Amino acid sequence: MPSNTRPTQAHYVAPLEETPLVAIDSVTTEGKPSNLWRDAWRDVRKRPMFWISSALILLIVIVALFPDLFTQVPPNNDCQLSNSNGAPTTGHPLGFTRQGCDIYSRIIHGTSTSLAVGLIVTFLVAVLGIIFGALAGFYGGWVDGLLSRLGDIFFSIPYILAAVVIMSVFSQYANVWVISLAIGIFAWPATARVLRAEVFRVRNADFVMAATALGVSRFRILVRHVLPNSIAPVIVITTISLASAIVAEATLSFLGVGLPPSTMSWGNDISQAQVTLSTAPQVLILPSIALSVTVLSFIMLGEVARDALDPKARAQR
Amino acid sequence: MTEIVNGTDVQQTIVSSDERPLLEIKDLEVGFNTQDGLVKALNGVNITLYRGQSLAIVGESGSGKSTTAHAIINLLPGTGHITGGQILLDGQDLAKTSEKEMEAIRGRKIGFVPQDPMSNLNPVWSIGFQVEEAIKANGIATGRKEVKARAIEVLKQAGLGDAERRLKQFPHQFSGGMRQRVLIGMGLAADPQLLIADEPTSALDVTVQRVILDHLESLTRELGTTLLFITHDLGLAAERAEQLVVMYKGRVVESGPSVEILQNPQHPYTQRLVAAAPSLASRRIQSSGGIAAAEASISEDASHAAGETIDLIATAEARAEAIEAAASAPPAIIVEDLTKVFKIRGSGEFTAVDKVSFQIPKGTTMALVGESGSGKSTVAKMLLKLEEATSGKMVVGGRDLATVTGKELFELRSRMQPVFQDPYGSLNPLRNIGNTIAEPLHTHKVGTKASRRARTYELLDQVSLPRTLVGRYPNELSGGQRQRVAIARALALKPEIVVLDEAVSALDVLVQAQILRLLADLQGELGLTYLFITHDLAVVRVIADHVCVMQRGKIVEAATTDEVFDNPKEQYTKDLLAAIPGANIELGA
Repeated sequence: MPSNTRPTQAHYVAPLEETPLVAIDSVTTEGKPSNLWRDAWRDVRKRPMFWISSALILLIVIVALFPDLFTQVPPNNDCQLSNSNGAPTTGHPLGFTRQGCDIYSRIIHGTSTSLAVGLIVTFLVAVLGIIFGALAGFYGGWVDGLLSRLGDIFFSIPYILAAVVIMSVFSQYANVWVISLAIGIFAWPATARVLRAEVFRVRNADFVMAATALGVSRFRILVRHVLPNSIAPVIVITTISLASAIVAEATLSFLGVGLPPSTMSWGNDISQAQVTLSTAPQVLILPSIALSVTVLSFIMLGEVARDALDPKARAQR
Repeated sequence: MTEIVNGTDVQQTIVSSDERPLLEIKDLEVGFNTQDGLVKALNGVNITLYRGQSLAIVGESGSGKSTTAHAIINLLPGTGHITGGQILLDGQDLAKTSEKEMEAIRGRKIGFVPQDPMSNLNPVWSIGFQVEEAIKANGIATGRKEVKARAIEVLKQAGLGDAERRLKQFPHQFSGGMRQRVLIGMGLAADPQLLIADEPTSALDVTVQRVILDHLESLTRELGTTLLFITHDLGLAAERAEQLVVMYKGRVVESGPSVEILQNPQHPYTQRLVAAAPSLASRRIQSSGGIAAAEASISEDASHAAGETIDLIATAEARAEAIEAAASAPPAIIVEDLTKVFKIRGSGEFTAVDKVSFQIPKGTTMALVGESGSGKSTVAKMLLKLEEATSGKMVVGGRDLATVTGKELFELRSRMQPVFQDPYGSLNPLRNIGNTIAEPLHTHKVGTKASRRARTYELLDQVSLPRTLVGRYPNELSGGQRQRVAIARALALKPEIVVLDEAVSALDVLVQAQILRLLADLQGELGLTYLFITHDLAVVRVIADHVCVMQRGKIVEAATTDEVFDNPKEQYTKDLLAAIPGANIELGA
């Protein structure tokens, strides 16, 4: 019957010289030590986008810290109405605003405001987000219930709306710190949520159980083992939130509830340029470009960070 | 071939289709594009499979066995592509087939059963929808009624009773075994000539595995389907397939009839595999001796192996004496009436561990065996004080665990350490190996910086890892190496008891044999007491002195390893033993 007559394969053995045996589970310690952060750094260094955004950010930081290196023209005191909406002249490469102030100088001097707001808000968001997210995710139970509901309450109010309300109530105190606080106080729940989910995932890992079995204290486990393994996505969103904080400041100033007109800020400049939009669009467009470039740099850096730190994105390459 | 005199035409077609293999893989090469250029995953693979045969591809992870299967159905992941060779299915070269033509071949000519039944069914669609989708895609039936009728037929064929009601259910209402039945049914729905099953049962319990494989076997025999399956378990492969292909590092090292290869392995790699497969290990030799035997037969020098056998008897005798001596000393662990009840939202209570009692003599190994959900890991967690017991008594080293708190518990933790299952999860990926191993010393404030470093080196030596690893990170290590690091960390504080929770389950057989040997050596050297938790009875035979078999939270049988294997009392234990793949194969040697 078929089973007897069916052709069968011969016993084949590969020649040993073609298939040499390697010691079972041998250790190779060639190359440099690597972990997530080192790999991410190695990965990031190869990307032009990283270098472009870093260079731009570096430039923005230098401009913010030392504006006098870039312009000798005072942004406020030297305004002459005779120059109103004037075209570029020597020493004034970008022309003049409606008030007759040097646009280039105003952009340079407004940088520090935008950057300061961005950094303060990001710091605030990161600190609040990490504390709330880590505690909620790690301890769970009623701690999680309480902190997450609190986050939900803040999350349910759009932070820009909340900031508008806060800034209109405290308009007489408006300065960089108050506006940052107004933005940051409602912007942290997103960060907290992301971190909470990550902590939730990591706290069930076997290495956390191993540390518990060793007698390592809960808090030390959180700080030593759980947080370092869950912080990567937070870094990504804080970079991007820096960009949105800068936008938020400009929005508030544009709406007239931001910084006082006396403070140099791109948002204020854009706001004041509205009236002359049809006659002298460059007065509005130029500070907008400065704003866009800054925001874009941080978003690009955030993208690079996400690609380098997200294991899923890594695996696909 | 019996002579058919109906006409020469008919005869010729039968003869030609019978002689030509259904599947013939010739010099297949597959490469993956990576940052370092093209990396070859397959290097000249040759496989011949005739109609109605069953063939198993065996190999460890990374050997290219799954890549071969995926190349056949042209579903290579990511950047993989065929760089050379032919895949002839009934004469048609699949390596040169367009994606469109391939779609017609998948399902209709080649069925595929994936590895993980848990993730291969879409949880948001009903079983019926998914089965019907497969039927429609393969054009087996058209029209709603016919499709549904065929879907019911498929489920019935897959061995699921009450098929009509089952169609409306969702994947989460199915157990792992039932899901795999559905997937097998879907793979066979279009009555393909060839069915490829990629580790179809590795995610299932042994007893379920056995039923599923029996079913698969009878189904394919009934339908006359040619079966190609992939497994890491040599015993399973030999038991279920007529033909065996052993792969190693992208090459075929040995192929041919299963029994012949198993009884007379020619290639050193196959010899290693046969020697290390726990399911095939000799029954007579206990614990460390068993592994030494495996090790001895791995050795290519025959005379050396003969020398080892004499040592084995001495080892076994010494072991027996040690166990006897241990019996008179107070036990390292006493567990009495240990119970754990979990509260489940909505549906009340679930008793995970039900009045479990056992004792472990000092310096011996007790295996706690059971299938998933039997409560064995919960016992370990309660013993390690990672989970609170509902009731019952646990005495470790003379101290009652119920009363220890704070400082005493902290001190007790240094005497009892765990090693967990998942080698990829048990080490903090952001801490280097040196810091990981030294963490216990840090936590318990043992010694100075210099003495901790010295102890770290000593531990690395003990688990046979190079000292250069201290500054490296877990992601550079293989699963087995990570498990060694986890063992070193567990041993740092010189504990008396080590709880091994499925510590070798995730490893390839050769690495598994190596780690088991290491554990046995360390036990002899340091007088350790092991609680060895596993689902794999085959491993128990080579490592344990005593066995407790758990089923649904209860211990159903407890005895010495020899007694359990030679003379099992409970039906459940007998079922477990019978389900060990390859247990019935005579090895000849």
